Amino acid sequence: MSAWEAVVGLEVHAQLRTRTKLFCACPNEFGAPPNTHVCPVCLGLPGALPAPNEAAIDLALRAALALGGEVRERSVFARKSYFYPDLAKGYQISQFALPIIEGGAVPMALEGEARSAALTRIHLEEDAAKNLHVQGETVVDFNRAGTPLIEIVGEPVLRSGAEAEAYLRALREVLVFIGVNDGNLEEGSFRCDANVSIRPKGEERLGTRVELKNINSFRFVRKAIDHEVARQAALRESGGEVVQETRTWDERQERTVAMRGKEEAHDYRYFPDPDLPPLVVDAARLARAEETLPELPAAMRARWVETLGLTAQDAGVLAAHPAIAAYFEAVATGLGEAAGLKPAKAGKKAANFVMAEVLRETATEGVEARFPAAAPEVAALLALVEDGTINGKIAKEVFAKMVATGEPPKTIVEREGLAQVTDTAAIEAVVREVLAANPKQVEQYRGGKTAVLGFFVGQVMKATRGQANPKAVNEILRALLAEG
Amino acid sequence: MSDAELSPDEVRHVARLARIALEDAEVEAQRAQLARILGHMAELDAVDVEGVEPTFHAVTEAPLRRDEVRPAEASREALLEAAPREVEGGFAVPQVMEGDT
Repeated sequence: MSAWEAVVGLEVHAQLRTRTKLFCACPNEFGAPPNTHVCPVCLGLPGALPAPNEAAIDLALRAALALGGEVRERSVFARKSYFYPDLAKGYQISQFALPIIEGGAVPMALEGEARSAALTRIHLEEDAAKNLHVQGETVVDFNRAGTPLIEIVGEPVLRSGAEAEAYLRALREVLVFIGVNDGNLEEGSFRCDANVSIRPKGEERLGTRVELKNINSFRFVRKAIDHEVARQAALRESGGEVVQETRTWDERQERTVAMRGKEEAHDYRYFPDPDLPPLVVDAARLARAEETLPELPAAMRARWVETLGLTAQDAGVLAAHPAIAAYFEAVATGLGEAAGLKPAKAGKKAANFVMAEVLRETATEGVEARFPAAAPEVAALLALVEDGTINGKIAKEVFAKMVATGEPPKTIVEREGLAQVTDTAAIEAVVREVLAANPKQVEQYRGGKTAVLGFFVGQVMKATRGQANPKAVNEILRALLAEG
Repeated sequence: MSDAELSPDEVRHVARLARIALEDAEVEAQRAQLARILGHMAELDAVDVEGVEPTFHAVTEAPLRRDEVRPAEASREALLEAAPREVEGGFAVPQVMEGDT
């Protein structure tokens, strides 16, 4: 294995988050009953003409800006011809010689080191239909036919399954954060094919490549590539040759298997689609796309570390999902405003609470997330801690009740009498009781063993159901113990 | 392209790609016609277009664009009538194996 170098390039199909399809006004939605989102255009009926979706083009531009690609002023839609039941027209509308975007790179981190992997191109195309197997028959559901995709073609610069996985995760993160794609591998809205070859180390020339198709999880991508590299190396070492073919990952057998290839399958006879004029993107449109480009995840994490007092690790956890990132920012901002805290302080406190309490009860699905309580309510809860109304321990209790009842924190604190006891006379009475009940420990303390102070604090908090102001408890304890 | 440059095998290949069932007896006639068409393209190819901007389409400004407005839903039943056969709301087709695209 060590004598060989793996050469891997990925092609990612990312479905664009538009409301309608790429060339017709049918809904772009997953999961509807078969053939309920279809019309003469996406069924390829004679005489139906495609009309490009403006929103899809804008999302492609957004991807170009986020990944640093060059946008072509005039790109051309082309017909890719092949016959298969998932393609009603007998061709797929794609882009070939003149794609909308060229170049760019995926910014990624490998073992903590920043790297970037170059892209060849990004082009727009329509998705194909889905073949279902019903009662032993092949039936076609055209709901997905004509939904908008960008295909992101990477240069063959990756050297292992782990690198490919890191690349995919980074690419997915960018596309999800900028609202271009929902990142759902299981539903197939983010799909990956991998071109894999090997060559002797030091060799420039590329070996014969194998295309790995239909790998629908990050883990499978890594395993499929590593197994394929090992298979090719073993083949070469035993005097065999790698055959150019399409293979897929068989998770059960933990190996790649050849897919039934079709003769002449790769002769697609691309030519410009006469139904569609060139796609023109002028400077003004590109400038508008730039203005509306959301903050990229890497920049967001850096900002949080710099201004919100987060560690890189915390920033990584909270920026792992766009909805969680937005939620955290709302809590931090809300807390800062309500309690008059500096951003770095409010950020750190918000981050700690969100990570410790909120995330546990948060469910994410695609780009959506369901939170146990609204961000402003959580900010209000943390503000109650800041102004001394409740302490941190009680805050967790109140939060649990907010989740259960949906009520605002203030209502719960008032109704349940959870406000911190700051009345020094009341605390003093409890402290006296505790001291009287524990003469042995009092003696120890006065004998110099001051560590037992913690024991007294615990007893007082227990007696007050955690509601005593810890600072006041400490002060009163010290004062009374000193009196003796 | 001169007549001799297009082989019968190339004609068969193109026919297969287009799913045209060509009888052996038809190959030569098709070959001659195709060669004439390609010969004409070769003539066009000979024109010096140095410095001329390529034309991709007769219409240069795109009038076809569409905003994301949904029209009234088309009738699913009417559209499924175009299917060779319908099975549970799907277009039934000759059976295919997964993955042999």
